[in-house]
Amino acid sequence: MNDPMIKFQKVTKIFGKFRVLDELDLDIPAGRITLILGKSGEGKSVTIKHIMGLLKPNSGTVNVDGEEITHFDEKQLREFRKKFGMLFQQAALFDSMSVGENVMFPLREHTKMKLPEMEEQVARILKDVGLAGLEEKMPSELSTGEKKRVGLARALVHKPKIILYDEPTTGMDPIVSDMIDNLIVEVSKREKDLTSIVISHDLKAALDIADHVVMLYKGRVQLAGSPDDFRKSSDPVIRQFFAGKVEGPMEFF
Amino acid sequence: MAADGSGLMEEHNNFIVRGISFIGKKIVGTVEGLGSFLVFLGYVIRQAIHPPFRSRLIFQQMFFLGNESMFIILLCGFFIGAAVTLQVGTVFTLFGAQSMAGAANAKALARELSPLMAGFLIAGRGGAAMTAEISTMKVNEQIDAMEAMAVDPVGYLVVPRLIAAVLMLPLLVALFNVSGQFASLIIAVNIFDIDIGTFFDKMLKIVSWHDVWAGLQKSLIFGAIIAVLACRFGLNASGGAKGVGQATTNAVVTMLLVLLSVDFVITYLQIVFK
Repeated sequence: MNDPMIKFQKVTKIFGKFRVLDELDLDIPAGRITLILGKSGEGKSVTIKHIMGLLKPNSGTVNVDGEEITHFDEKQLREFRKKFGMLFQQAALFDSMSVGENVMFPLREHTKMKLPEMEEQVARILKDVGLAGLEEKMPSELSTGEKKRVGLARALVHKPKIILYDEPTTGMDPIVSDMIDNLIVEVSKREKDLTSIVISHDLKAALDIADHVVMLYKGRVQLAGSPDDFRKSSDPVIRQFFAGKVEGPMEFF
Repeated sequence: MAADGSGLMEEHNNFIVRGISFIGKKIVGTVEGLGSFLVFLGYVIRQAIHPPFRSRLIFQQMFFLGNESMFIILLCGFFIGAAVTLQVGTVFTLFGAQSMAGAANAKALARELSPLMAGFLIAGRGGAAMTAEISTMKVNEQIDAMEAMAVDPVGYLVVPRLIAAVLMLPLLVALFNVSGQFASLIIAVNIFDIDIGTFFDKMLKIVSWHDVWAGLQKSLIFGAIIAVLACRFGLNASGGAKGVGQATTNAVVTMLLVLLSVDFVITYLQIVFK
């Protein structure tokens, strides 16, 4: 692996009595799609929050794009977060704003672009996600799949270096799921330098789109490798997770 | 229970300990709440004086709080002014001083009733709407999305609402005064047979600009209280639709109680430092 875009070194995060991340060492390669797997409560969201500087570790360091971010103050973190785009599980569109205003939001907040320029960029990105001409619609008028695509357009409009997908296909029918997966791959191919991180439970589909897979278990990396490494692994924890069975070494509580 | 009564004694002691513990927890909780509120207030003020200044959002909020509340403020001011003049005029008639009813109403409106009633109306209408909107954003991950897009929710959501409320409440209080005094004029002339000239003459003698300014001072502070409390409850909401309802109810109750207690403190200070 070349220099990773994101590097966790011995990161520990404790909430009360729970050690969610336990000296986690994790590398996420630049310019590729990395899938982070793990059962609920294994620290996937906590890992993402550390990457964005929304949480600070109890110990260890987090390095993103060549910067050690754990000592950043709030002002530095806000500047740093401009590198990111994030697609939320429920899209998290601002329901008081139209589709166009939602997508324009990062541009309005972080650039000095003039309105016509922003409108042009919004129209272009909406066309890229297959929603050309929907600028005036309100989020409440959209289907779940359309909301996700608007969320994706909003995450991409300011050309981030890293994009995070939080359960992008959870709760969707297979056709819309497939469409979103294709869109993730398409975006990754188009934006060569874009580092994509996907958290998903939709295992089989997610493995199809990922270049790199990381599985978290008990606050550490259980496996890091290609989707084929994951499919072929004989590790009983991986096998149990892949088969989706209750019986096995993996603890449920 | 032991025959020598030690069990009863122990129960008695436990009751005292539980009572002290309950009171202690309440005090600690209140101090903690006040402390975190002051920290939040400090952060809001810091954000308010630093760029970016989002004038578009401030105007949107001013329109919402001002323009859309104007009718209810005028209506409420009219009926309060009419009712107070009726009450005061009836009593003053006993002493042959009914010509002072309008002036008494004007003084009561300017110093006390207008800022307090307008504050209540804006807390119940605008403040509740602020809490409901922000708490809905909170439980639907929209606030998280804002943070993820490197936008400070306090700067984006709270500061424009604070500035709009501080600017609009004095204007609404002024409207309340005018509407209430107009109603007072109608009642004074038609029910107590007071001459219009006498009505205004007495009013100008009794009510000074200091009275109007005293009410406007209150409205500036009430505007800030409504906006900061409403947003604070919204940002702290959790737990879905139930959490939104709970946050809104708690915000309105707290805003009304705080407005009443702060009103007393300001009135006291205004009288002491006249």
